[in-house]
Amino acid sequence: MIQTSLHAEAALACKLDERSLYLRRLVLGAVRSAGRGHVGPALSLIEIIRVLYDDVLRIDPTHPRDPGRDRAILSKGHGCLALYALLADRGFFPLSELDGFCGTDSILGGHPEYGMVPGVEASTGALGHGLSIGVGLALAARMRDRNYRTFVLLGDGEINEGSVWEAAMSAAKHGLDNLVAIIDYNKLQSYGPTDYVLPLEPLADKWRSFGFAVEELNGHDVGALRNALHKIPLAAGRPAAIICHTVKGKGLPDAESNADWHHKNKLTDHELDAIRVAVGDF
Amino acid sequence: MRNTAMNMVHKLAARDERVLYIGSDPGAGTLRAMSREFPRRHLIEGISEAHIIGMSAGLAMEGFVPYVNTIATFLTRRCYEQVAVDLCLHNLPVRLIANGGGLVYAPLGPTHQAIEDIAIMRALPNMTVVCPADADEAARLMEQTLDWPGPIYIRLAKGGDAVVSRAEHGFQIGRAIVMRQPGDVLMVTTGIMLQRALAAADLLAAQGIRAGILHMHTVKPLDIETLLQAIRGTRLVVTLEEHVPSGGLGSAVAEALIDKLGHGLPAMLRLSLPDRFMHNYGSQDSLLKMHGLAPNAIAAAIERAASLPVAPSPPLHST
Repeated sequence: MIQTSLHAEAALACKLDERSLYLRRLVLGAVRSAGRGHVGPALSLIEIIRVLYDDVLRIDPTHPRDPGRDRAILSKGHGCLALYALLADRGFFPLSELDGFCGTDSILGGHPEYGMVPGVEASTGALGHGLSIGVGLALAARMRDRNYRTFVLLGDGEINEGSVWEAAMSAAKHGLDNLVAIIDYNKLQSYGPTDYVLPLEPLADKWRSFGFAVEELNGHDVGALRNALHKIPLAAGRPAAIICHTVKGKGLPDAESNADWHHKNKLTDHELDAIRVAVGDF
Repeated sequence: MRNTAMNMVHKLAARDERVLYIGSDPGAGTLRAMSREFPRRHLIEGISEAHIIGMSAGLAMEGFVPYVNTIATFLTRRCYEQVAVDLCLHNLPVRLIANGGGLVYAPLGPTHQAIEDIAIMRALPNMTVVCPADADEAARLMEQTLDWPGPIYIRLAKGGDAVVSRAEHGFQIGRAIVMRQPGDVLMVTTGIMLQRALAAADLLAAQGIRAGILHMHTVKPLDIETLLQAIRGTRLVVTLEEHVPSGGLGSAVAEALIDKLGHGLPAMLRLSLPDRFMHNYGSQDSLLKMHGLAPNAIAAAIERAASLPVAPSPPLHST
């Protein structure tokens, strides 16, 4: 618990570098264009997804279905703006698509869809599905003697779902050390604090007791994320859980740890001014 | 029928390395021979249906063809969102083998009686719904499942059902089978109502009523073409199903006829279970009998309906 609070404090204090600010500008530009979007859940995820796509995943944007690629599933599909920003920046589709976010004919919906968005491995949005799909992908890799790895990004509110723990038991049963659950632990779900809605602590111990090798870290610390994700597998024969202490709405002082920014409709001029001060002009 | 379908999974697995058996917590020894021959492709995953469906989706994304097997109610009610999102939205070739469709588990009560499964599975885009009538037909169906695109819900009956399907009719998913040539009446059946319909047709013949039978083993996609051919010249179309009245075979047939025929609809009689949970136990047969789905009750209901004067279609007025 002491470690948990230290990481949480570090997440709050963590300074963002220019790439993190740039990616936030992409996210917020899409929200401005669409007049809607899950802002808080995307901003807590940016560094996690950034490190995955910049440094960890073996992927080729020009061959998004390459059989040898690493698989990544955004199980908390409502954080899709962060994923879209990274996929666009990495060249899976043009950056201009972000301006059409949630438009009638856009490929980019309010939750990511397989077959619509290059680089998206599974349609998510209904919570508690991604880890089970990830178990299937990871088991398939083992059965076929393939060495791709499977990463599943989960929200903290999402792991209220019992299906997540069914999947966790299964992952441990099969000894899937090619499977990584990454938990975006921003401690705030739609209604309010996770501690109030459905307490998760002791979260690291829960994952350990389900048979996972666990790391906890500040989920906005790019270096710490790189170090942890480069160590995969954390333990031979065991799936990994990386608990990332994050701040919902990270990078926007008005939005940080503020449940009102879970989903945002039209941004006001005042809010847009505050965003420019925080992340730069966009 | 269940043993036949299970053994077919083993046979298909021997032929095709994509085939997996995934059970939740089936009876001891289920597919033991397969578990010995192909231990890596015989997976027992625990009482975690929501997870099993998601895991099967992941395996299917990587090219496997998982055959997921548990009791029908658990495979439909418990994990409906996973079936809808993980299987149907992604249109993945996962086969759901549902033990105990309808009232097979009558003595175990309403938690185990799958009385609305056809409706809720049929409502999902991309889902195929098949209800074989007997073990031989189940075997012919299973042969077709290897390369069928998208998910399939297979509603199995108990086992020991009289074999009435015939090899010479062949089997194609989505192609209804004319079991008796249409006469004054056409009965449309699915699953084990075929046996009851055949017996009822004999009873009706003794009364001078010629009753044809169209076996609609595949409820979705519905074979509308064969249905439209079969109703020609009949005075009454009767649907028979071991299912609540909403959303099942009767609904599917009525919807198709409305869509295709508009105002020129034939008279219809839908025979089904009532719109309520069963609070009786006994056996599949005793509950079917209780709800008017035994052959003599079916024949009597048809006789009553067939003797009613058929109201002429109202004239159409243009305004």
